Amino acid sequence: MTTSSVYAPEMARVAAVRPLTELEKLFTIELPDGRSLGHAPGQFVMLSIPGVGEAPISITSSPSRSNGAFELCVRRVGDVTGALHRTQPGGWVGIRGPFGHGFPLEQMRGKDLLFAPGGLGLAPLRSLINQVLDERGAFGRVIILYGAKRPAELLFRDELEEWAARDDVEFHVTVDRGDESWEGHVGVITTLFPLIAVDPRNTVAVTCGPPIMYRFVLMELLGKGIPETQIYLSLERRMKCGVGKCGHCQINDLYCCQDGPVFTYAQIKNVPEAL
Amino acid sequence: MRLRILPKEEIPRMVQALMADYQVVGPKAKGPKFVFEPVADPSEMRLDYNITILSPKVVLQPPGERVATIRLEGKAPQVEPVVEVEPTVIFGAHTCDLHAIRLLDRAFSDEYPDGHYLERRRQTLIISVECLEPCDEHSFCKDMGALTVDEGYDLHLTDIGEAYTVHVGTEAGEAVLERYAAARAATDADVRRLNQVLSAKWPRFTHRLDFDAAELPAMLATAYEHPIWAELGERCLACGSCTNICPTCYCFNVLDSIALTQTEAVRTRRWDSCQLDEFARVAGGENFREARAARQRHRFFRKGKYLYERFGTLGCVGCGRCIRTCLVHINIVEVFNTIHSSA
Repeated sequence: MTTSSVYAPEMARVAAVRPLTELEKLFTIELPDGRSLGHAPGQFVMLSIPGVGEAPISITSSPSRSNGAFELCVRRVGDVTGALHRTQPGGWVGIRGPFGHGFPLEQMRGKDLLFAPGGLGLAPLRSLINQVLDERGAFGRVIILYGAKRPAELLFRDELEEWAARDDVEFHVTVDRGDESWEGHVGVITTLFPLIAVDPRNTVAVTCGPPIMYRFVLMELLGKGIPETQIYLSLERRMKCGVGKCGHCQINDLYCCQDGPVFTYAQIKNVPEAL
Repeated sequence: MRLRILPKEEIPRMVQALMADYQVVGPKAKGPKFVFEPVADPSEMRLDYNITILSPKVVLQPPGERVATIRLEGKAPQVEPVVEVEPTVIFGAHTCDLHAIRLLDRAFSDEYPDGHYLERRRQTLIISVECLEPCDEHSFCKDMGALTVDEGYDLHLTDIGEAYTVHVGTEAGEAVLERYAAARAATDADVRRLNQVLSAKWPRFTHRLDFDAAELPAMLATAYEHPIWAELGERCLACGSCTNICPTCYCFNVLDSIALTQTEAVRTRRWDSCQLDEFARVAGGENFREARAARQRHRFFRKGKYLYERFGTLGCVGCGRCIRTCLVHINIVEVFNTIHSSA
């Protein structure tokens, strides 16, 4: 019997591949008939390579810049992402989604925004940052504090330069370890926080990065007096369905795929498996 | 609906008749134990079984199933969703397993309905049997409220000696009875006999939990740091048997493979277990539930708290299968009683 299935992907075309670093590439993906993915910043898709497997990948392009395509920034780290990295423009990938709850854009309007991505955590945040920049007038201050391990691991360098050049964006970048060409700030991401002062009541903070980073970034954000309900995190988990059934992404009683992947700190503060 | 009477000698004829139109899955002997398997001959069916190794979940959520085929030959890959389904009668399910199926029904029909499970469910008739004796010393269905059932079946049989009484649960059940079985209307004497049988059964089942199961969610809420999890973590072999045989465990993996000819890829779904090391590990290497103690705790919390919070039903039906199968004798009743006594 043939019918529809929530687990059957739709085949989509890889329109462009752009290397970003040694390990990360940016894939532009087109759905059939130029259809829009219809995602919100912070949502993810289940991406598959026929015969290889499927993995959850956050959407890095903003809905405001969709042009009938969307972008995934993917680190080569396992079977699926390895096969994706070998995929050339014109190749096919399977897509399911978008899934999950993204960032609450409406509640951010009029507020000052503080983004604190670490490493590959910039990928999901870039979707939101570019959406905000495309509606710049609707928001207060835009502060971006970005940290990476090494200069060679900085993602989207062209966009970082644009953000740095804008006078309506307060952009600070740091690397844990510099190199001979690096003239910028050196130190972990928390060393950027003393550079900025915020009006905590009117600030919404958004962070994403490796698990180890959250505890320290959260300390900085809470230290600045930003309320727990105004701190957003995007969490990563293993996922096999994306639709709240397979059990892999469960974080105590929460399902990362459906209840998240974006959570407020208030939501996960007392959820021991969250961080 | 009216109570009917089905003489015992009618059962093989009914099964034979059903086999013409349905796959009939019923309890069959396997060595000293029992299993739910397709019945090839009505005489194989053992309605006097105590408990099966796997629950009839195997019909609705098979251990492995194809969910899609991706044809790779043409210009563009073609995705064909696949629902593996066959009209089936589950014959002889016990009430604990019926309660479990009701939980699976909810799990697979929430926000994103799972067409694979739900289509099989739609094409499956359930003929259940009332338990009159405990399976063995491990069943605690009475504690979990699963010792009887008032919905979830198409037909429900109770052994009253020479015959079964038949409760009709659905119109489909009524139609099956009409078409495949020679049942007669119950007399007053039959009803009296049924009432005798049912009131005699309850004292045979004992309570094994030292407290009311309704307290489980609140009890576990304060037991997250209980020392028992570390102790279970030390003993647990992380073999996954407890989740495999559990009638309410439904976690799964989705796997892709490719034919040797490279002409098609296949997506399959298989049972998975939160007790296995890689269950919560992401490709980057981080394992979000690495310790066996944390994995054991997760299993008990799903049974006693998480599923209740999500579906309003506890995730345990007291069948005792996990107790019987555990190689290191981890016993859910003892675990819950230990936590309760130290609260």
